[in-house]
Amino acid sequence: MMKRLPLVGLAVALAVLLGVPPLLKSYGVYLFSYWLVFVIATMGLNLTVGYAGQKSLGHAAFFGIGAYTVAILMKAGFSFWLGLPVAMLGCFVIGLALGFPALRVQSIYLAFATLGFNVAVWLVMRNEEWLTGGTFGINNIARPKLFGVSLDGALAYYYFVLAVTMVLGALLWGLVRSPWGKAFKALRDNPIRAESLGVDVQAYTLLAFAIGAVYAGVAGALFASLVQFIEPAPFAVGTSFMMYLMVVVGGPGYFFGPVLGAAVGVLLPEWLRFAQAWYLFVFGIAVVLLMLWLPDGLLSIPDRLRARRQARAASALRAARASAASESPT
Amino acid sequence: MTPVLQVTDLKKSYGAIQAVAGVSFEVLPGEIYGVIGPNGSGKTSMFNSVLGQIRPDSGSVALDGQDITGLSPLALNRLGVGRTFQTLQVFARMSVRDNLIVAAQEHTRDLVRRMFAPPDSGLGAKADELIELFRLGAVADLPAGSLSYGQQKLVDIAMAFMSDPVLVLLDEPCAGVNPSLVGGLSTLLRQLNARRSASGRRGSFVVIEHNMDFVMDLCHRVMVMVEGAVLAIGTPAEIRADARVLDAYLGS
Amino acid sequence: MSNLLDLLLAGLATGAIYAIVAVGFTLLWQTSQTINFAQGEFVMLPAFMMLGFMTMGAPLLLAFAGTCVVAVVVLGWGFKRGLADPLLRFGMMPIVVATLGLSIAIRNGMRAGISAQAYPFPSLFTDRLFSVAGATVSWADVGTLLCALALVLGTQAFLSRTVTGRAMQAVAQNTESATVLGIDVPRMVFYTFAINAVLACAAALLVTPVYLAKFDMGESLGMKAFFAAIIGGFNNSRGALLGGLIVGVAENLAAAYVSAAYKDAVALVLFMLVILFKPQGLLGKKEERKV
Repeated sequence: MMKRLPLVGLAVALAVLLGVPPLLKSYGVYLFSYWLVFVIATMGLNLTVGYAGQKSLGHAAFFGIGAYTVAILMKAGFSFWLGLPVAMLGCFVIGLALGFPALRVQSIYLAFATLGFNVAVWLVMRNEEWLTGGTFGINNIARPKLFGVSLDGALAYYYFVLAVTMVLGALLWGLVRSPWGKAFKALRDNPIRAESLGVDVQAYTLLAFAIGAVYAGVAGALFASLVQFIEPAPFAVGTSFMMYLMVVVGGPGYFFGPVLGAAVGVLLPEWLRFAQAWYLFVFGIAVVLLMLWLPDGLLSIPDRLRARRQARAASALRAARASAASESPT
Repeated sequence: MTPVLQVTDLKKSYGAIQAVAGVSFEVLPGEIYGVIGPNGSGKTSMFNSVLGQIRPDSGSVALDGQDITGLSPLALNRLGVGRTFQTLQVFARMSVRDNLIVAAQEHTRDLVRRMFAPPDSGLGAKADELIELFRLGAVADLPAGSLSYGQQKLVDIAMAFMSDPVLVLLDEPCAGVNPSLVGGLSTLLRQLNARRSASGRRGSFVVIEHNMDFVMDLCHRVMVMVEGAVLAIGTPAEIRADARVLDAYLGS
Repeated sequence: MSNLLDLLLAGLATGAIYAIVAVGFTLLWQTSQTINFAQGEFVMLPAFMMLGFMTMGAPLLLAFAGTCVVAVVVLGWGFKRGLADPLLRFGMMPIVVATLGLSIAIRNGMRAGISAQAYPFPSLFTDRLFSVAGATVSWADVGTLLCALALVLGTQAFLSRTVTGRAMQAVAQNTESATVLGIDVPRMVFYTFAINAVLACAAALLVTPVYLAKFDMGESLGMKAFFAAIIGGFNNSRGALLGGLIVGVAENLAAAYVSAAYKDAVALVLFMLVILFKPQGLLGKKEERKV
């Protein structure tokens, strides 16, 4: 029965994702698309941070690189379908490059290095007006056509983003289940032991950054066509912090963590709007309380319940043994 | 026969402290080789230098006649060397079975093809075999970090054997283990030592330990280290009778 | 030349304030691996609290003293027991996210609860200017610089010359050994949280007259102090001082000689350069990969 629960849950989730948006107003559909874009980006960061144990506080930079690549290429007359693979390749290469400091620099200094990277990219976006439009940004970004079908409508674009999310999710699922997934987790849990067991720690570190970056790049590309106007602000350090928050709140190293984490980061502030001026205050407090209650993220709840059950069983066993021992003759 | 491991005049200093002061010894194929010595005698530093965690200042190390001095732990693992560490080193958030699979999966196929390989890289049966041998069946699917210290120790040791290494270093396998289980550990290691790998070889073990009875009972030969240098090498009987060894342990 | 001196002094004064905040930051990190992303808000809250006390009629210095006491209890002890203690054993991730959430909550709570207005704040020093070597220098700048230097150097002296201070350093370098040596580690850690709270109050006292009290005054201050700490060396309190001064001076010079728009970018650019060439900071020690 317990095993069947995730499948039932998935079926329900799929039904909601497919069936609810047509019933919503266009802002609601837009919000769902926005959420899915962040799910994709957070999936990538979850791989880097949650599965491979790296520190990455610069994820929004790749998000931005993906967005600007697509926007700039489309402004130059190229198709979205060229921009997307170029963005992915670019992010992969740059992500590999960002992995190199990770090989030489320890945990918190790695976090600083990734922050520095984010800042550098943001500065380029802000200052190189000839390329990125500077603070004026790039506007009138079109939505792509898929096999001749226009994706201009909010709902059509939503289903497109949903399809991309599912494909990328399936690929990530395959990756995490494969020997690579175990190697990443070994890298996270104990890099020294991993290395002495033949795990090429350096290669996997670089790959963790590169693959995470590609996901953020795709998310950025989709983001550009979704909001249709981009400027440097959403790609600054603040967004990197939010993405990190989404990974940790959802549950680092849990596959569906990003789904929940992105919901908390994107949808929760919207739902809190009833609190009006106080909504961000409530959000901040909610995050603090969530961390205090579930430091391993929302999806750690089943594991905690299981651990508590085990602990209770173990102490019951010990109590039984103790009383048996006290009853038996010496 | 060519020794599996040949260490020649190995030296390592930390500033003014000479941790390893010219150590030479050999381990023969199929042998269980014990290393004992008072605390601070340099046993672990010496093996860290042999097995790539640290770079030795001078001297050479050969595996099956091939020079491996200064090679990284990664390279040594590919050549068939395994080890456990003094402090427990398992992958806490992965299941016991996954711990064992990771311990050997990097030897199968290459990086790219491994992405498309089945989750257990074909090592499931081998992992189950070791789980059975180490009596970890009941906890095989639990996260390794949630096990008791003794069980984690067994996982740690089992991991070193997953890739059928020709040489395994066990760094204080009895430390922290319930005394009543030490005998079982000894039997286990003897069983593992008797197995032959696919190529027909029997593995060689080097065991660093403080538990004298354990070492004397299990090992074919024993080396005594004091203050970074080798004091004596011989069979357990010879070592037990050696006056210098008794002196070193009891002091003067 | 005289202009340069003005700028230098003003820059040192601002930089010294960044240094105060940065020192607290690095102390928290060193003794307890706490990263406090709400550090800027820890300066903003005392600013408003002092305003509150003064509205009730207290003179500035009394308000400061009262705020220090409240800060030690809430931002020192409360923060430690409520957030740091429960979360530290789970690694860096939960505490980073929790302090991020705290920063969002405090900033927006202030804005919603009080107002988005900027409030003036009295200065400790008079408005007067005076001439030195042909340069016009303000008392406020000199006073701020001297106070801030006194605080930072005083903290340094406390850490290296007193028994308690040395115990705190021991905890920072090696918590396990410190416990074995009989040092009351939780109490030493509390002292660093308390010192951080007091330093934040002092920073508020010195910086608010210039920046005015506003709900988001902590945002940029916190970020600059964070960068300053990294530039100087995150595992070294003297580094925090150096980093702060460098950022303060560079900012002022850039604003005058390059352009005002680039003022904020200066801290960022310096930060990036340091990360590229010396990630452990100018005065930081390289941390070895532990086997």
